Amino acid sequence: MMKIPSSEITPESIYRSRRQFMRGIGAVALAGLGLTACGAPADSFVAPEPGAVAGQADELGDPLNSYQQITTYNNFYEFSTDKQAVAPLARDFQTTPWTVTIGGLVKKPQMIAIEDLLRRYPAEERIYRLRCVEGWSMVIPWLGFPLRFLLADVEPQAGARYVRFETLLDPERMPGQRDAWYNWPYVEGLRLDEAMHDLTILSTGLYGRVLLPQNGAPLRLVVPWKYGFKSIKSIVKIDLVAEQPTSLWMAAAPQEYGFYANVNPNVPHPRWSQATERRIGEFERRPTLMFNGYGEQVAALYAGMDLRANY
Amino acid sequence: MRERIRTNWMHIVHPVALAPLVLLAFDATTGRLTINPIQDLTHRTGYAAVLLLVASLACTPFSIVTGWKRLLRLRRPLGLYGFLYATLHMLVFAVLDFGLDLRLIVQEIAEKRYIVAGLAALLLLTPLAMTSTRGWQRRLGRRWKQVHRLVYLAVPLALAHYTWSQKADIRQPLALGAIVAVFLLLRLPVLRRWIEARRRKPGDVRHSTQVTGGDLP
Repeated sequence: MMKIPSSEITPESIYRSRRQFMRGIGAVALAGLGLTACGAPADSFVAPEPGAVAGQADELGDPLNSYQQITTYNNFYEFSTDKQAVAPLARDFQTTPWTVTIGGLVKKPQMIAIEDLLRRYPAEERIYRLRCVEGWSMVIPWLGFPLRFLLADVEPQAGARYVRFETLLDPERMPGQRDAWYNWPYVEGLRLDEAMHDLTILSTGLYGRVLLPQNGAPLRLVVPWKYGFKSIKSIVKIDLVAEQPTSLWMAAAPQEYGFYANVNPNVPHPRWSQATERRIGEFERRPTLMFNGYGEQVAALYAGMDLRANY
Repeated sequence: MRERIRTNWMHIVHPVALAPLVLLAFDATTGRLTINPIQDLTHRTGYAAVLLLVASLACTPFSIVTGWKRLLRLRRPLGLYGFLYATLHMLVFAVLDFGLDLRLIVQEIAEKRYIVAGLAALLLLTPLAMTSTRGWQRRLGRRWKQVHRLVYLAVPLALAHYTWSQKADIRQPLALGAIVAVFLLLRLPVLRRWIEARRRKPGDVRHSTQVTGGDLP
């Protein structure tokens, strides 16, 4: 990893002022009630200090979200459907030993221990916007490597057209999986050209640190131009396949979640506004950008496709 | 004796119904509304509204089953508190979440059936809240009861709103819906008469009219 001068580390005062801002929102919300109460905010999980980051903002100039925000507000139903409950529940989740199996239509199927994977593919920092389908977003300094490096090494066969990812299935360690409402394990998929795109990374860390369990340790996908649920966490299996995989969300609610799930302000969702979003830490909504602002790099992947039909 | 118990019930209803609001105020002023505070406010006011409206609707069937007429007095405060939270819920949506941006709000209404259902529920509840006073009860006479039957439409709409607002897991709103369905069934004259007849069987009369902490027959 790169050496970062300490002057470039996001100053703590920025996080503090953000938290103050959140308190301000609360006060605005209930202004007029004349109720005041004292006490410090009690976080059920306090993130360790973040490591160094190379950049302070994304390429559009939007500042990073804080490490605290990124590590305490997580959609990870394998632990809990309550975003705030994930971090405390995942605290003791063990990610060693961990093996990732890469197979299917490849010439060189492999089983790689996570530490070998980390050694083989050095991590670089990628500052990406994460747009959740629920209408909120963050800016996150990921550490990871392009998925295409790994795919090149396993050598896809001619018939491989999609990549299918699978999360660990272990209800003992992931209590949310004891709930039979969802069809575990979590499955996601990409078209091979999407998977080979340089923006698509396998992440192993964020904010200059190894991934915490609530963020999908030890290995997760990050596809910044798609809604967050495409970025599958705690991956144990990667298969190259001929047919389009059915993701967990496609199976759970096919009319709401399609295979592509590209961020698209013009395709409405029955629940959340997709035309606008709320950046975590901000008060006002901001317009959602086509392909989450990565259109220049990825729009060509979908040339000629009806993005309303292929939502 | 009777007077004391009735008073005690009201003493429970007010703090229980106000507790979510006090908790919200406390969390808001101490930075505990999660890192997505507007969403938290939305969820919590909506949930309180639905629970209180269902509780208000539960009074009559419980009274039919237990013969406990005093429960009927709780319908008004529970319903009004439910309306209060529903109103706050809508204000959080329109003012805080969408900053009164009419274009965006209209787009949301046009696109999303759950918002239509929620808005319809709130609109139906508004005249009920406004005419909930004794003065209006007198003024409207027999029609008051007819007007207030709108609640049988408003609460199912609120539950449809809740169900459709869920990401995938609709077990909780469905459970509430099932409970409300049972409540509504119990009001059917046939069932109601049958239950009341059973309750008034000789020997049971004294027992059922006494206040014994809500024993079921």
